[in-house]
Amino acid sequence: MPDRLAVRKTYKLYVGGAFPRSESGRSYEITSAEGRFLANAAMASRKDVRDAVVAARGAFAKWSGATAYNRGQVLYRAAEVLEGRRAQFIDEVAASEGRDRDDAAGTVDAAVDRLVWYAGWSDKIAQIAGSANAVAGPYFNFSVPEPTGVVAVLAPQSSSLLGLVSVVAPVVVSGNTAVVVASEDAPLPAITFGEVLATSDVPGGVVNILTGRTAELAPVLASHMDVNAIDLHGAAAGAATDLEQAAAENVKRVLRRPDAEPDWRADPDPRRMLAFLETKTVWHPMGV
Amino acid sequence: MPVFDYAPAPESRDIVALRPGYGLFVDGAFTEPADGGTFKTVNPATEEVLAEVAEAGPADVDRAVAAARRAFDGVWGRMRPAERAKYLFRIARVLQERAREFAVLESLDNGKPIRESRDVDVPLAAAHFFYYAGWADKLRWAGFGGDPRPLGVAGQVIPWNFPLLMAAWKLAPALAAGNTCVLKPAETTPLSALLLAEVLQQVDLPPGVVNIVTGAGGTGRALVAHGGLDKVAFTGSTEVGKQIQRTLAGTRTKLTLELGGKAANIVFDDAPLDQAVEGIVNGIFFNQGHVCCAGSRLLVQESVAEPLLERLKQRLATLRLGDPLDKNTDIGAVNSAAQLERITELAASGDAEGAVRWQPECPLPDRGWWFPPTLFTGVSQSHRIAREEIFGPVLSVLTFRTPDEAVVKANNTPYGLSAGVWSEKGSRILWTAQRLRAGVVWANTFNRFDPASPFGGYKESGFGREGGRHGLEAYLDA
Repeated sequence: MPDRLAVRKTYKLYVGGAFPRSESGRSYEITSAEGRFLANAAMASRKDVRDAVVAARGAFAKWSGATAYNRGQVLYRAAEVLEGRRAQFIDEVAASEGRDRDDAAGTVDAAVDRLVWYAGWSDKIAQIAGSANAVAGPYFNFSVPEPTGVVAVLAPQSSSLLGLVSVVAPVVVSGNTAVVVASEDAPLPAITFGEVLATSDVPGGVVNILTGRTAELAPVLASHMDVNAIDLHGAAAGAATDLEQAAAENVKRVLRRPDAEPDWRADPDPRRMLAFLETKTVWHPMGV
Repeated sequence: MPVFDYAPAPESRDIVALRPGYGLFVDGAFTEPADGGTFKTVNPATEEVLAEVAEAGPADVDRAVAAARRAFDGVWGRMRPAERAKYLFRIARVLQERAREFAVLESLDNGKPIRESRDVDVPLAAAHFFYYAGWADKLRWAGFGGDPRPLGVAGQVIPWNFPLLMAAWKLAPALAAGNTCVLKPAETTPLSALLLAEVLQQVDLPPGVVNIVTGAGGTGRALVAHGGLDKVAFTGSTEVGKQIQRTLAGTRTKLTLELGGKAANIVFDDAPLDQAVEGIVNGIFFNQGHVCCAGSRLLVQESVAEPLLERLKQRLATLRLGDPLDKNTDIGAVNSAAQLERITELAASGDAEGAVRWQPECPLPDRGWWFPPTLFTGVSQSHRIAREEIFGPVLSVLTFRTPDEAVVKANNTPYGLSAGVWSEKGSRILWTAQRLRAGVVWANTFNRFDPASPFGGYKESGFGREGGRHGLEAYLDA
């Protein structure tokens, strides 16, 4: 017997900058890859989804209205805090995903670097996705990208931290806010990542993280009329078409479920950011 | 009317630990110059010597270029871009952490008000490193081809008006693109660059990636003429810029120049006058007018000239000139005796050529180099004060009747760095902006800078852009 009994963490949801339990009072058991008990995670409900969307919508005006420089600094700060908790995440990722420690360390390092990579995009997206348009008339015409709004994200099922960071950062860097459904079987690193965000100047509600059954939560998000876009990455193969159909009700922007899980360690590209942007074009006459 | 005077509110200079002497920063360490030469740098507000600084000769420049070449070939040019990015992010963070120290040092060495060094120079310098850090691993999306390559070793010569900020403008894009640097700060303001060298040590930047050679014009000439550079970037006078362009003729060294200016600040009859007055003041009296893009020619539509000048004079009378470290100071010291002499001489030519000088009541301190805010009316386009860059707090006022005349007068200069337009009518602003031959046009604002925004001139104000996505091109083989 050890001299001292460890104080275990209660894993809850991360909604509106706070860590509530599921309003349903439900939880489900999370085990390591080898079947060892790790924790009971909150099993979010339809109502938790709605609360999370309300929080995300509430955070949108301020977050999208912040300067791009400010958003970049905040995400970089999150990378700093993530790096500071490196050892904790290595333990969690190793246990959750059944990786050896070296492999898990590489994954955590890649997650930190991924956050830094996206932080650097904040004030550059408009410089690759915007344009001055040479229209045939005396008009000043330019196009700028703007965030689409509240984005639902079904996080990757197999990559609990690196995959999560790789799908959440591109959504929020441009000013969107997110409701994320964490990996169903490995949700613990996601909630700990919520603690990183909560201590990194990321305003409450910008990222909301739910744990539970993807199959239960995804249809609620896909059909929610105040969600503007959805990333179906973590959806079950057989569920994607139904979710896309539900998303059509308010013409959500849909990032489709990939046929195969990508190599999350590989260098990313800007596509995930561009998927959740609108283009606004402004005309203004020129003349005395 | 009762007068409420300001109590002194000086920023403490204790935060700055000046060393009596500074060596050259070469290959990651402070080293003595080969021939042992030094020069003094002086606080222009008090004429007090701040420190002795090494003067780099040709042998030192050669050593610095060699160190930069080794660092380029061995480390920096082949480093994974994401790792380069992280070094630059670190620099940005340490600049933020040590912001107050840099602000005080900058005001001591340069003479600019602490309000400006604290709120403009230092935060913008950090922001530049932060911005370009993000580009380091995203160059393939910057629009210069799929695999843009760095040039190699860059020689960079910077002026004394924004010492740290100019160092950031030069170093950040160069390093992000994968180049290594030899930086030559101005001889009257070397200290913030040398403090930056300490920051580079704190962030473990590999030796030789940035080398700093202090000295005067001779050091700059030795650097520019050194055959081992792939790139030269210069910010300074048009006269020296032309010499550098001649020096590099026939070589394969890439060159960008950010030179002088004589910006027109155009006020139309429908302009918001109070806002315009603030913009005019900011345009010419920011940094004592030691700004290459300063709005030094005020072009006012005739019908509003009288009310505008009245309000402008009222506003100028409230400007506070004095101790740069005082937080209420608007106008600090002129950077050097030589610069004061130049301003004084050009202002005298305004009197001699028939313009009318106006200065508010403005007592000058006994020691140090000072010039009061000055306004000339009745200026014609042929006057020297309308043609030559004064680089001081002197505003020349001209008038116009039609928008076409405003544009013709604004463009009647060999320079083309910046311009301002004041009008409530958007279409008129854009019409004017389209016709101005200037690299930056500010509308209903002036002297705005941001790392995401390209800056640079037309005509004899130079070529190439610094800042923004465009600023990368200067340091890429593109």
